[in-house]
Amino acid sequence: MHNVRAIFRREFASYFATPLAFVFIVIFLLLAGVFAFYLGGFYERGQADLTPFFTYHPWLYLFLIPALSMRLWAEERKSGSIELLMTLPVTAWQAVLGKYLAAWCFAGVALALTFPMWITVNYLGEPDNGAILAAYIGSFLMAGGLLAIGACISATTRNQVIAFIFTVVICFGFLLSGFPLVLNLFKGWAPQAVVDAVASLSFLTHFGSISKGVIDLRDLLYFGTMIAAWLAANVIVLEMKKAD
Amino acid sequence: MIEISHLTKRYGALTAVDDISFNVEAGQVLGFLGPNGAGKSTTMKMITGFLSPTAGSIRVCGHDVEREPIAAKSCMGYLPEGAPSYAEMSVRAFLNFIADVRGLSAQRRRARLDDVIERLGLAGVLEQVIETLSKGFRRRVGLAQALLHDPQVLILDETTDGLDPNQKHEVRTLINAMSKDKIIVISTHILEEVDAVCNRAIIIASGKILADDTPQALAARAPSGRLDDVFRQITTGAKPAREKEVAHA
Ligand SMILES: Nc1ncnc2c1ncn2[C@@H]1O[C@H](COP(=O)(O)OP(=O)(O)OP(=O)(O)O)[C@@H](O)[C@H]1O
Ligand SMILES: [Mg+2]
Repeated sequence: MHNVRAIFRREFASYFATPLAFVFIVIFLLLAGVFAFYLGGFYERGQADLTPFFTYHPWLYLFLIPALSMRLWAEERKSGSIELLMTLPVTAWQAVLGKYLAAWCFAGVALALTFPMWITVNYLGEPDNGAILAAYIGSFLMAGGLLAIGACISATTRNQVIAFIFTVVICFGFLLSGFPLVLNLFKGWAPQAVVDAVASLSFLTHFGSISKGVIDLRDLLYFGTMIAAWLAANVIVLEMKKAD
Repeated sequence: MIEISHLTKRYGALTAVDDISFNVEAGQVLGFLGPNGAGKSTTMKMITGFLSPTAGSIRVCGHDVEREPIAAKSCMGYLPEGAPSYAEMSVRAFLNFIADVRGLSAQRRRARLDDVIERLGLAGVLEQVIETLSKGFRRRVGLAQALLHDPQVLILDETTDGLDPNQKHEVRTLINAMSKDKIIVISTHILEEVDAVCNRAIIIASGKILADDTPQALAARAPSGRLDDVFRQITTGAKPAREKEVAHA
């Protein structure tokens, strides 16, 4: 456990040692605002809630989360520090967990810094704060799921750009897997059960139901399983491909 | 104790390490010599558990590196070739991180940090970011990291590469001081270093052990009594200088 904590602390601090933290947070807040106000019609709707704000989170994350996750392992490979890390007395699981949690917490900090939106709606009207909290939890879970995908892909390469591109593509697939675009790829040849299974993997569907204010155990289970599975894959990738 | 038996590593068609076996006992300082690409670093990466061997086994301090990696890694300190570290960290933060992962208790941590900082002359650069350090200082930080938990086994890949003459001397003194009850394996291209610190030398080329002896006995194999000549003779198959003269006459 002290190993996970040590790696977590080092990793979390490393975001703030470079301009990365600042740039990421500013861009995230800026885009979140732009999407909510211009595309979502935050004011024009005349309703005191954060729906227009949360609706665009999946699309915001689609590009920002891979930017955060691409460096997790690719950078260690590139700089050779992975040789140092993997010859310290830590297991692959501890390293994966420490790094992942640091990235997730960092995403959490960026998300928490959107609190002025929440203050604004409370100032303008009487929103359902329970629903807003649920949506925040859903958004955080979705960020965690996408980050787990990104962490695993980052471990497969030493090139951050490749990690970024593949993560965007795979995250896009998982976001849209409930939509005709992806489902049509399976319809026709795969049995209905497979099509349903693919549809149920969609981040958007699960995020959508949580952001309506209902925290369903199935949605929590979905995100939990998603994160665990991708982190397990991350560990396997690392163990199979420690060097280079 | 390091026990290596039938260790082999293949990269595709290339056999970087070819069925080598040897033991290293406590008190030995083993110089690992060989031309570029001989397989020295590859062997060290396998000993420290970074690479998995294609075949063969390694035990360190009684622990199989593949089966009990954590126990084996706990008793080793390793300075990888090129001394990789986290470039954006300060020297102090980096050493603290290593102390955290090594699980040093608060009291021991302070004593050990003071010790390595003083021995490697890092006091003046503690707050400096690692990527802004000169090559020699980066190497010293790597060495400090390897020594931090006062390990039983030290694996040092090209230890003194890039160090100034004072630091080379300092590091050799350090190795001599530690050598009594520890196992130290160093790879180097500086043969005088082998004379200065090693009590055993292994010469490998193309992944095979060509010689395994004390530096003195090895040096005595050349008529000139110089390790350089023996090294050339063994790794290139060149005849010793005097025999050539005899042949000419
Ligand atoms: N990841 C890799 N993929 C393919 N071949 C590799 C890889 N790593 C090392 N090799 C090859 O293995 C051989 C041994 O390399 P190694 O780094 O062990 O040599 P070395 O003895 O440390 O040399 P040097 O004195 O230059 O440090 C070399 O031929 C090298 O090209
Ligand atoms: Mg080498």
